[in-house]
Amino acid sequence: MNGESIWLIFINASLVNNFVLAYFLGICPFLGVSGKMETATKMGGAVTFVMLISSMCAYGIHALLVAINAPFLQLISFIVVIASTVQLVEMFIKKMSPSLFRALGIFLPLITTNCAILGLALFQTNKGYGFGESIVYALGAGAGFTLALVLIAKLREKLEYAEVPKIVKGTALTLLIAGILSLTFMGFAGLGSQ
Amino acid sequence: MSPDKRPIAPGSQEPTSTDAFIKGLWRDNPVFVQVLGMCPVLAVSNTAENALAMGLATCFVLFMSNTLVSSLRNFIPKQVRITAFIIIIATFVTITDYAIQAIRVELHKSLGAFISLIVANCLILGRAEAFASKNSIGKSMLDALGMGFGFVFALFCLGAVRELLGNGTLFGLMIFPDSFQEWIVMILPAGGFFTLAIWLLLFNGIKTKKATT
Repeated sequence: MNGESIWLIFINASLVNNFVLAYFLGICPFLGVSGKMETATKMGGAVTFVMLISSMCAYGIHALLVAINAPFLQLISFIVVIASTVQLVEMFIKKMSPSLFRALGIFLPLITTNCAILGLALFQTNKGYGFGESIVYALGAGAGFTLALVLIAKLREKLEYAEVPKIVKGTALTLLIAGILSLTFMGFAGLGSQ
Repeated sequence: MSPDKRPIAPGSQEPTSTDAFIKGLWRDNPVFVQVLGMCPVLAVSNTAENALAMGLATCFVLFMSNTLVSSLRNFIPKQVRITAFIIIIATFVTITDYAIQAIRVELHKSLGAFISLIVANCLILGRAEAFASKNSIGKSMLDALGMGFGFVFALFCLGAVRELLGNGTLFGLMIFPDSFQEWIVMILPAGGFFTLAIWLLLFNGIKTKKATT
């Protein structure tokens, strides 16, 4: 506990220290599935959901590891829990919405290696958040991730029709937009600091 | 780039072993060509030293996990292979984390959670899945070394440029005269995106030039 209000935690995780644009977490799906608006929102939803669950699990694991005095197992247990959560979500989506499952493709299993989720678990442990704070932190981070993904997807959809030099096309262009977005997000710095 | 077209598993049909090494360094460079493992690339490349340390740490983990995955490839059941790979990788990352903490505490502080986040580097899992689980130990080691050094090279390219322009220094040594006005933006997150974009442009430019001549 460090006296931050719930609201501040949320603003901090979603805007000021946006996971994608300030911490560079989850860049792979950010570059990979941000081509279309629709997949971007769905991916954002999936990531937020996994974040929420793994954040709760991480809180429990951390408490348990502190109790049995084995902090060196932290990383291994976090990643295993995240991997199994992703597997569960994958089975769930496959059952509920096969079209979404196909749209997300390879990126669903890759959520496992999405650093945003592991990063979230590590940061919340480092910051010593309680259970409630962890949930808010996860929601904020997920919202921030979705926001960044949706923004960039929209921009890329527009740029489809723009004439850019051939060598800029593709990843380089996305990175340039991301850089400019990151600059704009810096405008949020100071917001939410007491 | 559509998800199914991403080059997750290129190069599992390598003929010779030197080829396996060279391709990681240049032709299939993990960062500049395959665009894998972006998170640490952008996050800790604000100084050349951080970049180099991060690159070497990743290289070590990649080498060790590739070796182990390759030697265990006949024992790991197919259904649980990803989990097994991740546990192997996480073990080596934990070792690296503690080793860096023991060697240089300041470095550990400035890299922060990003050492632990090597686990989530898609490059390592990608190599384990695409190469080490199918090839002999020797080949996997070479592959890991090639990819690893390609990664170090790329990280260093980024780190050096960002430190030079953003701080006027290289490895902490002043390069430019005092009158040099630092480009603060290069040290900031946005600078990471821009620098990487420019390096990618350079690579693309070279490639298209080669293709046309």
